[in-house]
Amino acid sequence: MSEDSKNKATFNVPIGPVHPALKEPILFTFKMDGELVEEVDFAPGKCHRGIEWMGMRRNPVQIVHLTDRICGICGVSHSLAFARAVEQIAEIEVPERAHYVRTIIAEYERLQSHLLWAGVAAHELGFDTLFFLAWRVREESMDVIEYLTGNRVNYGIVQVGGVRRDFTEDQFPRIEASLQYYEDIAAKLLKLFLEDKTIQIRCKQCGVMSKREALELCTVGPTARASGVAMDVRSDSPYAAYGDLDIAPVLPHHYLGLTNGDVYDRIVVRLLEVVQSVDLIRQCLANMPPGEVLWEKKYPKILAACKKATGEAVGRVEAPRGECLHYVRMDGNPSPQTWKVKASTYSNQLSWLKMLKGEQIADIPIVVASIDPCMSCTDRVAVVRDDRTDILTKADLHRLSVEKTRRLAQWS
Amino acid sequence: MVMMLGMDPISIIGGTVAVALFGILAGLVFMGVERKFAAHMQARIGPPIRQPFRDVAKLLSKDSIVPENAIPLLFNMAPVLALASSIVILLYIPLGGFLPVLAGYGDLILVMYLLTVPALALVAGGFASGSPYATVGSQREMVTMMSYELPLAIAVIAIAWRLAAAGIADPFSLATIAGTATGITIWSVAGPLGIIGFVLLLIVLAWVTPAELSRVPCDTPEAETELCGGLLVEYSGRNLGLFYLAQGVKTVAMAALAVALFLPWNISWYVALSPNAALVADFAFFLLKLMVVIFFSVSVIRVGMARFRITHVVSIYWGYLGGLGLLGLLCVVLDASLGGGGML
Repeated sequence: MSEDSKNKATFNVPIGPVHPALKEPILFTFKMDGELVEEVDFAPGKCHRGIEWMGMRRNPVQIVHLTDRICGICGVSHSLAFARAVEQIAEIEVPERAHYVRTIIAEYERLQSHLLWAGVAAHELGFDTLFFLAWRVREESMDVIEYLTGNRVNYGIVQVGGVRRDFTEDQFPRIEASLQYYEDIAAKLLKLFLEDKTIQIRCKQCGVMSKREALELCTVGPTARASGVAMDVRSDSPYAAYGDLDIAPVLPHHYLGLTNGDVYDRIVVRLLEVVQSVDLIRQCLANMPPGEVLWEKKYPKILAACKKATGEAVGRVEAPRGECLHYVRMDGNPSPQTWKVKASTYSNQLSWLKMLKGEQIADIPIVVASIDPCMSCTDRVAVVRDDRTDILTKADLHRLSVEKTRRLAQWS
Repeated sequence: MVMMLGMDPISIIGGTVAVALFGILAGLVFMGVERKFAAHMQARIGPPIRQPFRDVAKLLSKDSIVPENAIPLLFNMAPVLALASSIVILLYIPLGGFLPVLAGYGDLILVMYLLTVPALALVAGGFASGSPYATVGSQREMVTMMSYELPLAIAVIAIAWRLAAAGIADPFSLATIAGTATGITIWSVAGPLGIIGFVLLLIVLAWVTPAELSRVPCDTPEAETELCGGLLVEYSGRNLGLFYLAQGVKTVAMAALAVALFLPWNISWYVALSPNAALVADFAFFLLKLMVVIFFSVSVIRVGMARFRITHVVSIYWGYLGGLGLLGLLCVVLDASLGGGGML
């Protein structure tokens, strides 16, 4: 190794497309100087499934279930963002109670997503005991989600115009029991994750991103908040029932007194958001208004409303990983003219280049995992032509987007 | 009770075969039990205790794939070398009431050298794999080796030196240190200060064990999530099976060394037993001691920690554990020069 650093002989280490550190396919190429990362490049697009293409051949009521399957973890965020976009275009009024049901399930989704992430992070650090613990704790939220919606993954609860199932009073004790469980275990989780010596030496001052860089790289969600950017769609432009709730972005300095923007801070933010979610669900239960949960019980009527609608809208939702955005454009046909999904990882992934540079090989898995990447959310395009993949530069992308904008303008 | 094996070639060969079989069997059993312990500490059920046997049977029945970039000779030789050298270590370590098979042909210093051979075989195999992951893993393994050598050497030297200071002949012989024949151990030689020193050294050795065996927190050379298995990444089938066996044997050897150095007591010293019963009782007690050592220095540590960076391995082993070892050594030296305690 001393030979290497003396001669500055660099070598390339590919990580991916399939690698134990990566939960989903993506290709990283690291130029290494001994154990240090000198340059990073990554190539997403290994997980493209053409969901938008499928969606533009279906009607909104069908698409809403397709959106559930964009991501295995944050299905509700996608279906909620899509439903909100369609509801705006078709001017559908969502009943008040449905907003609360949507909020509760979205917060449960955040709970299970953050705990899943915490387990993955522990595993990336080689701390398997904590991994098993975090996932065992996560099981409780999965059970409640199954109890409430009938499904553990792809909940299928959001519908255009409301939700498909109501949460009734007799279900509240089970929800309350799970909230109590999380309240009791939160302190233990915080202690185990944040006070463990090995986690501290591995995560502090590792994968650092300053507030300025977080803003410049347009990061979103917990990744941005861990660098001190007070940004949360739930409080910045409230949707569903968040406007009625007492909510403020979780920042690491609330817990630590200062913000470093390192991997450790990202753990802090996510764990504190678990605590926050418990509080939000409790607020929802207390304030839930009575009434219907769906704008119109007869689906053909919803479809008819969507078919008549023309216009465009953006639905924004704070997914567990950050802002999730759906752009929908309807032109009086059953299926949308355009549907664009921008998941949170799309905004966060470029911060990898900054965070990984100068780190050791040992830190690659945890730094990559620290933005909680979801490639199946992100991969919206894969260019394969004549058996070769094209690399599009900034100029190419600009040209393509101008062309597409013109095309859209012509249609309308 | 002591059973001296004669030094004629036939008994040496017989002893070697017996020790090899013992090492492999015990290694796999302990691995299974250790996995069960770890699983229960992590609130899992864990695999059945015979799982390592199934794994090895499966691996040995599969083809070995040699990568295109590999150096086939070195690549195929490394696992054999690793297993053979792991077994050789066991030949120099007393097993319960049995004296080492090759007692008189090598001492503690030789064992220290032999302990590096399986690691070197891994390094050679890793470099011969022609994969960047394996190369990085090999580099890390070398760094790890260099890191734990100092604390290990301190612990070993301190013990032999204290025995020499107590006027015991042949202090570097493991049979002497374990007191298999004499019943004299380091604990009976040392005074209170020396005992404190030995406890410190015991802690040091307990921490060297995971590094020696590449287990969490020192599994940096294999680091599943970083290097997908590091220096073993290209190994498959029979070759991987051999490495698996070598890992088991090495676990037994490391634990047996710790037992010989620090936990040498035999039941037959305290209870009057017929010679054969004493052998069985001592051996059963020896296995129990091995299990205890493996539990504390492998299971407990690996369940309770995250993986170190390679830089941490160096600073922790050279700095903290080296320092702790030197402190222990100082206690032992002071104890000897003050003529502390002792039954002699």
